[in-house]
Amino acid sequence: MKLGILFSGGKDSTYACYLAKNEGYEIACLISIFSENKESYMFHTPNINKVKKQAKTMNLPLIVVKTRGNKESEILDLEKAVKIALKKYNIGGIVSGTINSVYQSSRIQKICNKLKIECFNPLWQKDQVELLNELIKNKFDVIISGISAYPLDKSFLGRKIDKKFIEEIIKLNNKYKINPAGEGGEYESFVINCPLFKRKLNVDGYDDFGRENAWIREIKLK
Amino acid sequence: MKKILIVNICKEKLHYYEFVKPIEEILRINGFNYFIRNYEDIKNNDLRKCSKIIICGTSLFDNYFIKDIKTFKWLLGFEKPVLGICGGMQIIGLIFGGKLKKKKEIGFYNENFIKNFLGFFGEKEVYHLHNYYVGFNNMTDFEVFSESKVSQAVKHKSKNIYGVLFHPEVRNVEVIINFVK
Repeated sequence: MKLGILFSGGKDSTYACYLAKNEGYEIACLISIFSENKESYMFHTPNINKVKKQAKTMNLPLIVVKTRGNKESEILDLEKAVKIALKKYNIGGIVSGTINSVYQSSRIQKICNKLKIECFNPLWQKDQVELLNELIKNKFDVIISGISAYPLDKSFLGRKIDKKFIEEIIKLNNKYKINPAGEGGEYESFVINCPLFKRKLNVDGYDDFGRENAWIREIKLK
Repeated sequence: MKKILIVNICKEKLHYYEFVKPIEEILRINGFNYFIRNYEDIKNNDLRKCSKIIICGTSLFDNYFIKDIKTFKWLLGFEKPVLGICGGMQIIGLIFGGKLKKKKEIGFYNENFIKNFLGFFGEKEVYHLHNYYVGFNNMTDFEVFSESKVSQAVKHKSKNIYGVLFHPEVRNVEVIINFVK
């Protein structure tokens, strides 16, 4: 079966793609929604335009649909993007990296149901610490590209998801209920390298925006 | 130690992660032994060596089990506890003579449980993901534990065969733990 991947460039959608490929599915395309709304509950926003470089190094076509990002239009825009993938690549299903959000998953399920295609959520209900450990084990090079929850601060920007990060995020989960994988939007991530990439992306610089416990790192790639 | 048999009814390999692995993790974390079989591969020896069975759900379109429903005939003579989740509940209903009906429900819904069902009682928020259900209200062999027209939780009157239309692995894990313990 040919699949389209709902792709944000972060760890969850990239790892979901990796699992689909490992199970023998053909990845036909990546599907990204560029939201103008930085508060979107549905779509990852920091560095979303960098998915073009990620798609290139994965040697996969990328479908991009822009959305103003209000609650209802973003669903219509997502449906539009999936329809393009259906028409252009004849996909039999889509894959999302949703872990725990019924808000996100039920909206994606409804679109797939309407279009009569399969909806795959290979990270659904996954233990979030286990997910982080699997990323390391499977050689995913992931950095933090945004934070938006106390007590996370600017010092987290650019940090690599490694053993030390996992130890720290477990402590923050115990004390402040921070979701270890950032599923509650506590942090955003960006994949620099992984087994799906032909070569590692080179970070050439960055600009940080924000204050207190809400920061975004705009990454510049070579 | 006896093991719990987890039955995978998904044909698509990638659905294992969404519909079987969460159940597997609940059992593992809570210290229960288990083994997994695809529904087509269940042998008499698997039924003999297990202590209980959980039949997992599947996606909205991965419904090959309906075509293969005869594969589940073993349920009619099976005397150990069984819990069917969503598609698993539909299998139980079809094997015991029920009819499949259309009803799309996706996401969180509030359901009222009028009798205690594996620790579930009163109004609860449950996660639904189905296009079909089996109407148990007219099936005399089964007791219905929920208020709505679409049966949410049922138990066979003389066997320990349970069915839930919702997915307890999403936010209502205690239903699964109360079944296996």
